[in-house]
Amino acid sequence: MKKPDEEETRMGKKSVGRRTFLKATGAALTAGGLAGILEARRAPAFAQGAKLHVLRWVDFIPEADAELKRQAPLASKALGAEVTIEFINVNDLQARTTAAIESKAGADIIQLLWNWPHLYASALVDVSDVAEPIGKAQGGYYDIFNSTAKVGGKWLGVPHGVIGNTVAYRRSWHEEIGVKEFPKTWDEWRQVGKKLKAKGRPIGQALGHSFGDPPTFCYPLLWSFGGAETDPSGKKVAINSKGTIESLKFFQAFWKDACDEGGLAWDDTNNNRAFHAGEISATLNGASIYVVAKRQQDKIKDDKGQPLYLDIEHGAPLPGGPAGRFALYVPFQHGVMKYSKNQKLAKEFLKWHHQKANYEKWFEANGAYSVGATKAWEDHPMWGKVDKPLRVYQAAARQARMFGYAGPATAKATEVYTKYIIVDMYAKAAQGMKAEDVAKWAEGELRKIYG
Amino acid sequence: MADAPAREDIVTRLPAVRPGAFRRLLEHEQFLAALLLSPTLVILGLFIAYPFAKGIWLSVSSATVGNPGVFIGAENFVKVWNDSIFQKAAQNTVIYTAVATVFKLGLGMILALLLNHHFRGKRLIRASILLPFIIPTVLSTFAWKWMFDPTFSVINWTLYYFGLIAQRIPWLSDSNLALGSVIIVNVWRGMPFFAITLLAGLQTVNPELHEAAAMDGANGWQRFWRITWPLLLPVTMVVVLFSVIQTFADFQLVYVLTGGGPANSTHLFATYAYQIGVATGLLGEGAAISLAMFPILFVIVILQLWYIRRVEGA
Repeated sequence: MKKPDEEETRMGKKSVGRRTFLKATGAALTAGGLAGILEARRAPAFAQGAKLHVLRWVDFIPEADAELKRQAPLASKALGAEVTIEFINVNDLQARTTAAIESKAGADIIQLLWNWPHLYASALVDVSDVAEPIGKAQGGYYDIFNSTAKVGGKWLGVPHGVIGNTVAYRRSWHEEIGVKEFPKTWDEWRQVGKKLKAKGRPIGQALGHSFGDPPTFCYPLLWSFGGAETDPSGKKVAINSKGTIESLKFFQAFWKDACDEGGLAWDDTNNNRAFHAGEISATLNGASIYVVAKRQQDKIKDDKGQPLYLDIEHGAPLPGGPAGRFALYVPFQHGVMKYSKNQKLAKEFLKWHHQKANYEKWFEANGAYSVGATKAWEDHPMWGKVDKPLRVYQAAARQARMFGYAGPATAKATEVYTKYIIVDMYAKAAQGMKAEDVAKWAEGELRKIYG
Repeated sequence: MADAPAREDIVTRLPAVRPGAFRRLLEHEQFLAALLLSPTLVILGLFIAYPFAKGIWLSVSSATVGNPGVFIGAENFVKVWNDSIFQKAAQNTVIYTAVATVFKLGLGMILALLLNHHFRGKRLIRASILLPFIIPTVLSTFAWKWMFDPTFSVINWTLYYFGLIAQRIPWLSDSNLALGSVIIVNVWRGMPFFAITLLAGLQTVNPELHEAAAMDGANGWQRFWRITWPLLLPVTMVVVLFSVIQTFADFQLVYVLTGGGPANSTHLFATYAYQIGVATGLLGEGAAISLAMFPILFVIVILQLWYIRRVEGA
């Protein structure tokens, strides 16, 4: 039997051992205050009784939060200050951040999703001195962070992780129609979906107004046909293009031929339930469909009475179009707040947490749900141990782009996202509106935002 | 310590000097009035006037989160006026308030009339009627969210079980049904407030009036329409006024149940203002959306107060 370290990963790379990994990536992270702390073997001199407040979401993987709770007292000891990590519902994170910035009081470090560093730029401290060394030490950040965490050439957030969305599908149902591997192009997926829908097993895709599945499907579809919100400057609206219209025409056919047409109003949870209930053959989702099916294997079963998770496979990422294969994933970063009186301490904490021995435990606790922010974590031995369907997330973040493309991920791109204009564009096409008219409508809406 | 005055000295000296002046001031009517009013004025100023003034300032500024912004006049209002989602939210808010209020009033009135009768366990039933109103909105709305779930809805299951439906009803997924569903939850939650208040009003109606009308041959409907309803009208108008204000500015219920979706079909002023102000960080525009409620509510309140005065004066 092979050792896990030696196992071939699904991506065709050889995993490296934990020691090798730590040795390779740890050497470079010596810049900044952490090396000094380690050398001196004593905590830096922060004010007596200094306290650090970190605000984060309640993770969908409870084990990940448990690991951070375990680390808090260790960080307190290492830094000579009391570190508190507060976990709140993800939907409350922006409200708390807004209130904290406006009142200039609150947590010293706040977790930032998507491109929030752009939204809160004036309230965030330049953390380039923390982010740069970590990136250099760990094989470089994924490109997505250059557009989300970097504002005006400065890092305003220290990248922390990426949560991917890939297509979960029923292996046996696909094998029944002769499909062994997940389709690589949109046209192939349409043909596969057509056969499945004919058997009463359509593809399920949420197109309602919810933050995860609908946008993470629509934006990559747009990009893969060469469509873009704006030109690279981010100032000129470019949505009404040949690529966009082609993608809309494709989608109209795809929706009719291959999809459950009720999905027009689904939110992020409907497709999970429909998949578990055996009503759809494939759907774009995070690891949650698989993870829940495995945890509740006594309840969630397939049509033969077997645990459903055994029949779930993940295809990575969405299929490609004429312009390539892309993904919209959720990037996470930590921002140090300008109003904080403990900015130095906050930076030291982030350096401490990103130290290999600490970050690695959090990364492992996630079990492929949230992957690392830097490419070095693709080589971590954990990938040899996670269930095969989840290994698809190993290098998935390489294809991630952020909304606003081809321009920068500015606050205006966020407005387009929060108003669901790109999602509604495809929803209108699915409802039968002519592709050219839909593109024109989207152009009008985007012009109101981009000016 | 030797220089410190003896405790007895202070006690005996104080009433001789200070209370005299203070008492004189208290006897001054204007001073006393100002003094008694000041806590209320401070609270109103801090929690009502300041946020309101700040809201007005934000709505005419280019403020975003972390940036105070500059004065831009009516630019935010022009932008939201031309925003199709805002137009939809305005339409939804009017429909949501009107339909929910009519049902809350109608059903609340029926419930109040039923509860006004004597029956065994009257007190227990009256108390339990208030339950939807007492349970925190977020909690009860989560329960409704599960009842409307597209796959696991207990309502769908029951209807399906009894053969009343063949296909699942997409309660929160279909644009029209979603608005209907949030209205149902609002009615369920708000009806007890109407019922209990109207019940209190009903108990002030002199039974002799009903007895006299009955002797004159008036039937149940005539007694309600000619006696109960006119006497109950001032109470009804006050309840409707409160309810309209609360429903018009509702946030929690829609936020929890649908988040404004699908396709903006359930966005209200408040939820859309939150989406723009907080999720997008455009504080100025969010404040403009929020303030758009003000003139409409202002007119409603003025009209209703005018009507109440007229009814009371008559």
